Amino acid sequence: MPSSPHFKWIYRAYVVVFFVFLISPLVAAGAFAFNDSLFPSLPWRGFTLDWFFGPAEPKLGLIHDDRLLRGMGNSLYIGLVVSALAVAAGTTNAFLFERKSFPLKGVLYILMIVPLVIPGVILGIAILLFASMVANFADRQLGLFITWLRPGIPLIVLGQVSFLTTITTLVIAARLKKFDIALEEAALNLGASRLRVLLTVTLPYLFPALFSAFIVAFLVSFENFNTTMILVGSDAPLTVTMYDRMVKVGSTPVLNAVSVVLMLGSGLLALASVLIQRPSKTA
Amino acid sequence: MMGRDAGRLSLILLFMPFALWIGLLIVLPQLGIGYVSLREKVGINQYEFGFKNYADFISEPIYRNTLLRTAWMSILVTALALIAGFPVAYYIAKIAKTRSRAALFLMCLIPLWVSDLVRAYGWIVLLRETGVISTALVSIGLISQPIEMLYTDMTVIIGLVYTVILFMIVPLVSTLQGMDDALLEAGYNLGGSRFTVFRRIIVPYAMPGIVAGSIITFMLTAGSYLTPVLLGGKNSSWFTEQIYNQFITRYNWEAGATFGVLLLLFTSLVVWLGLLLTGQSLATTVAKD
Repeated sequence: MPSSPHFKWIYRAYVVVFFVFLISPLVAAGAFAFNDSLFPSLPWRGFTLDWFFGPAEPKLGLIHDDRLLRGMGNSLYIGLVVSALAVAAGTTNAFLFERKSFPLKGVLYILMIVPLVIPGVILGIAILLFASMVANFADRQLGLFITWLRPGIPLIVLGQVSFLTTITTLVIAARLKKFDIALEEAALNLGASRLRVLLTVTLPYLFPALFSAFIVAFLVSFENFNTTMILVGSDAPLTVTMYDRMVKVGSTPVLNAVSVVLMLGSGLLALASVLIQRPSKTA
Repeated sequence: MMGRDAGRLSLILLFMPFALWIGLLIVLPQLGIGYVSLREKVGINQYEFGFKNYADFISEPIYRNTLLRTAWMSILVTALALIAGFPVAYYIAKIAKTRSRAALFLMCLIPLWVSDLVRAYGWIVLLRETGVISTALVSIGLISQPIEMLYTDMTVIIGLVYTVILFMIVPLVSTLQGMDDALLEAGYNLGGSRFTVFRRIIVPYAMPGIVAGSIITFMLTAGSYLTPVLLGGKNSSWFTEQIYNQFITRYNWEAGATFGVLLLLFTSLVVWLGLLLTGQSLATTVAKD
């Protein structure tokens, strides 16, 4: 490609500036977790780990901050349940759309994609409204109190599953599409039952996709805010706790410490999902 | 015979979870919003049906303007993300060496895995009056007084571009990677200038990626909450904030549902127009990967 050296240098400089732009807020959020100051701002007063481990106010560290820890526990619990459900539904969806033919398949495929393009706030209010309508109906007509249909962790789980299932379906279907069906036929010809073929041939092949779908779902669930904030009850997950702290109390470096933990955690998980998707000797 | 029965049984078994998910978590709740948006509370558990909520929306300039402002700023953010992201995507897909390509792509993805909240918080730490940039500028003497860089439209736009640009770059990279370099060489050999080759070869080739990225970017921007609220402050007037307020603060679910329907219709309209103008379809762009 013909290009003048000037153009090349300007282009490279632009790419560098872009990456600096990309990284700088993350660096800022992370760095001030280690600043020995009561505010996440300059000047730099020296290195400290108090915002992680500090036992008492005013520098109450993350591991002694009960509300943040409880938020983290809730997020972890929600994330695991949501990912398990989304991966299970995503797997059956992937088989449904890759292996089966049925009427209206094209329309239903579009419907399957739709949750990805509905804004999270709307998914949240839709689930809140629908659950309340069902709960009110049960209350009035049947005299049943269905508490899990009121805002709280079960509704958060449903709200997050509603759009994460699309993501897991796409991830798993992409790998299932590349599967050589002859392998299954060979196993069947050799006398294996369908269930056995599924368990020993197809699912092991799909495992990397299942694993990364789980990780992706977990990460998105953990950091989700828009859908979650509508459905939150008394047990707030971490993002909601952090947001409340940010808006009501004003920010202290303990939020930076949480940011560091979040960045490290999601970085490691993302790395794990990338590594397992790598073509290795099995694929 | 048995094979066919088994096939039908497995179809039913596979269809069940799909139907439960899409029916109970997507279709019925969305219809529920539509239903609630059409009713008006006249007493305790007494409702009248009609378009009054929509009429209220149209007659109230604050709501109307917030929706228009959200739409307009989302389109602007999408355009900026495309302009800023395209060169980077092209660099990653076509110019970078194979080894650094993977590394650059991964670097692009890092912020994707960091919560919106952390990213917005990072911007706050950088941009506020006592923030890093303001303090640094004062200490090197470029400005005499600390300046507040938060709570302006400009900041909200930059913050939003930052939040969504990765969703623009990823589809662009995957489309551009499929482009054969011979196409470009042919273009140059036939005497095309760099601009001609860009306009006549690269852009048409990248079109599915451009459209996919733009749709995702636009929807994410219009539906975003944290970035405009945290970086724009109380006066950000973002439409999702109105929905949230109606639902949680004012407990006016009818109005909130109406706003939800309107946001959905409005964003769908923009996406549909975009697909129409570029001659693409949802299945060839967003659903592709």
